Amino acid sequence: MNLVIVGLNHKTSPVEIREKLSFPAETIGEPLRKVTRGYGLNEGVILSTCNRVEALGVATDVEKGVWQLKRFLSEYHNIPLERLDEHLYSHSGEDAVRHLFRVAAGLDSMVMGEPQILGQVKDSYGYAVQHDTAGVIVNKLYHKAFQVAKRVRTETRIGESAVSISYAAVELAKKIFGDLSGKAVMLLGAGEMAELAAKHLLASGIRELLVANRTYERAVEFTRGLGGTCSAIMFREFQHYLKHVDIVIASTGATSFIIRPDQINEVMRERKQRPMFFIDISVPRNVDPLVNNIDNAYVYDVDDLQGVVASNLNERKAEADKAGLIIDEEIEKFYRWVKSLDVVPAIIALRRSCDAIRKAELERGIAAAGELTDKQKKVLEAMTSAIVNKIIHHPVTHLKKEANRVEGDLYVDAIIRLFDLDVNSGEAKKAGGGEE
Amino acid sequence: MGDFFFYITAIAYALSTLVYIAYLFARKDGVIRYAEGILIGGFALHTAALIVRWAEAGRAPVATLHEALTFFSWITAALYLAVLFKYRLRVLGVFVAPFALVLLVTASFLPRQALSLPPALASYWLPAHVIVAFLGNAFFAIAFFLGVMYVIQDHYLKSRKLRGIYFIMPSLEIIDELNYKCLQYGFPLLTLAIISGAIWSETSFGSYWDWRPRQIWSLITWFLYAALLHGRLTAGWRGRKAAIFSGVAFAALVGSFIVINLVSGGAHGLLR
Repeated sequence: MNLVIVGLNHKTSPVEIREKLSFPAETIGEPLRKVTRGYGLNEGVILSTCNRVEALGVATDVEKGVWQLKRFLSEYHNIPLERLDEHLYSHSGEDAVRHLFRVAAGLDSMVMGEPQILGQVKDSYGYAVQHDTAGVIVNKLYHKAFQVAKRVRTETRIGESAVSISYAAVELAKKIFGDLSGKAVMLLGAGEMAELAAKHLLASGIRELLVANRTYERAVEFTRGLGGTCSAIMFREFQHYLKHVDIVIASTGATSFIIRPDQINEVMRERKQRPMFFIDISVPRNVDPLVNNIDNAYVYDVDDLQGVVASNLNERKAEADKAGLIIDEEIEKFYRWVKSLDVVPAIIALRRSCDAIRKAELERGIAAAGELTDKQKKVLEAMTSAIVNKIIHHPVTHLKKEANRVEGDLYVDAIIRLFDLDVNSGEAKKAGGGEE
Repeated sequence: MGDFFFYITAIAYALSTLVYIAYLFARKDGVIRYAEGILIGGFALHTAALIVRWAEAGRAPVATLHEALTFFSWITAALYLAVLFKYRLRVLGVFVAPFALVLLVTASFLPRQALSLPPALASYWLPAHVIVAFLGNAFFAIAFFLGVMYVIQDHYLKSRKLRGIYFIMPSLEIIDELNYKCLQYGFPLLTLAIISGAIWSETSFGSYWDWRPRQIWSLITWFLYAALLHGRLTAGWRGRKAAIFSGVAFAALVGSFIVINLVSGGAHGLLR
């Protein structure tokens, strides 16, 4: 079994390349079929998110597999491989398994430990199952990956903080204000990101939420969705409310700064210098960075927040190390299972198991029959052996034949389960030579 | 016996300081728990040292400079432990433990013999004055440490580069609030100290106020803290500005104490 992964992510490539390589979910069946049929891979999975595109395949030969996947990505998207190659990374064998586990656990994400990626990995596996490109290896591998992600989530604190930018913003607010109950928040612009941040803040018990949006109706609708202590205000009046709020989240489409230093200087005087926290998640920015120079005013834009997320994670490096140990452990378990899929040990185990049954039954039969001559015993011995050998002859030949084909592992897995075999791969390796 | 407790206390404070420093790097709860345990143990020994000293001298052990510094160290530690139990402000110990240690080490270099007071100075006003004054100073010291913490944390938040001790610091608003609270307690105590000092001066020398350097300096400090409180109440001084100002006021306080006592040899030069 040779697992290969080829792909690119936010670290290796700019967004212009990533968006060209993406596979929309609606039409993912076609590339999946192509990668398995057209490029000679045994099994295939395609993961496509805004931060990464990866193709995973099970190949008969590692180098060929990597080459095929690269060719597939380049040819499918009509991008010459020379242009693409510098952005691509490839993993094979144990490296590939580790990579997949790390991705599923969110360790390879831009925001380390974020939970979204697990859902996306699950989806990618779901498509492979749906389009019949997931075989026994992929099945086992992905179920293991989901397990790993779950273990990392529950056994380390990686996901606890810094889950997302909006969460990081709330954490920052707590570092400035301490308790957030009693604080008032203003949303400028009612987009998706703002909604997420608002939900986090409401969960931390803020007193009041004001929503200003270019279209007033949208603001009203938005506050209805959140209920409770939220109210909509007219966008052109937002400046009059600034002195009453402690946190401002700006995410409008405005092309110039809508919050300026002179204005905030005035506001700070009116609110007796009580701290203000500006979270500017809009691009281009809505809050003039010079506002940060005003005493007791703190301005964070998207890049700053990403930096905060990164340093939160750095602080949690110990947790990442712990996650690494979990992954190592699970890789070992996975490979123990993979080795059990080797056809030779399975055949040995099958023979041994059948022979054990034969011997046990033979002894019982001889004991029940009473006085038997040695010759009679020999005949019985030979006869039972012949029966067993004839019964397992076809399964064994088929196993050997199928072992090197696409579904080979599936056969081995089926045999192991049907006969409830105990495959000891280490011992089998030693005996392996004689069998072949 | 008193000396024995004194040195063990100093060793405990030194150990606690080291563990606190380790905590700044490790930032693990387990580490700071050790530092606090050692600090509390040191404080218990410190209390014992004071009691023994009191018994040996037959009067409140606050007369010589050695005694005064030892007492200041003790009351600052006591106040910090009260703050710790009330507000769970654990990081503050990083400042308090070395401060208590430095005071003890300084005291150890000063003459230790327990002088008996000249009758002119022996009065109940002496311990009252000293205790009130040092309790006030302890509040100001803690306000100063909080100010330092505020400036550090504000710097991290403003620069938007969050590293190291940012993660173990309390929120800005809590630091600022406590800083204010310390001033609110410290200022009346400083006022009382000046008044009780004047009364003591009257009972000893027959004059309330004769513009000795000590009195001038305490008046300057009083005005600085009065200005700070006034600014906070009316002009909306807070945060960094207030923190820096409380640092300046505390520097004036410490400076006047060191200069006057080192030049004069303790107890404002009255024991000569």
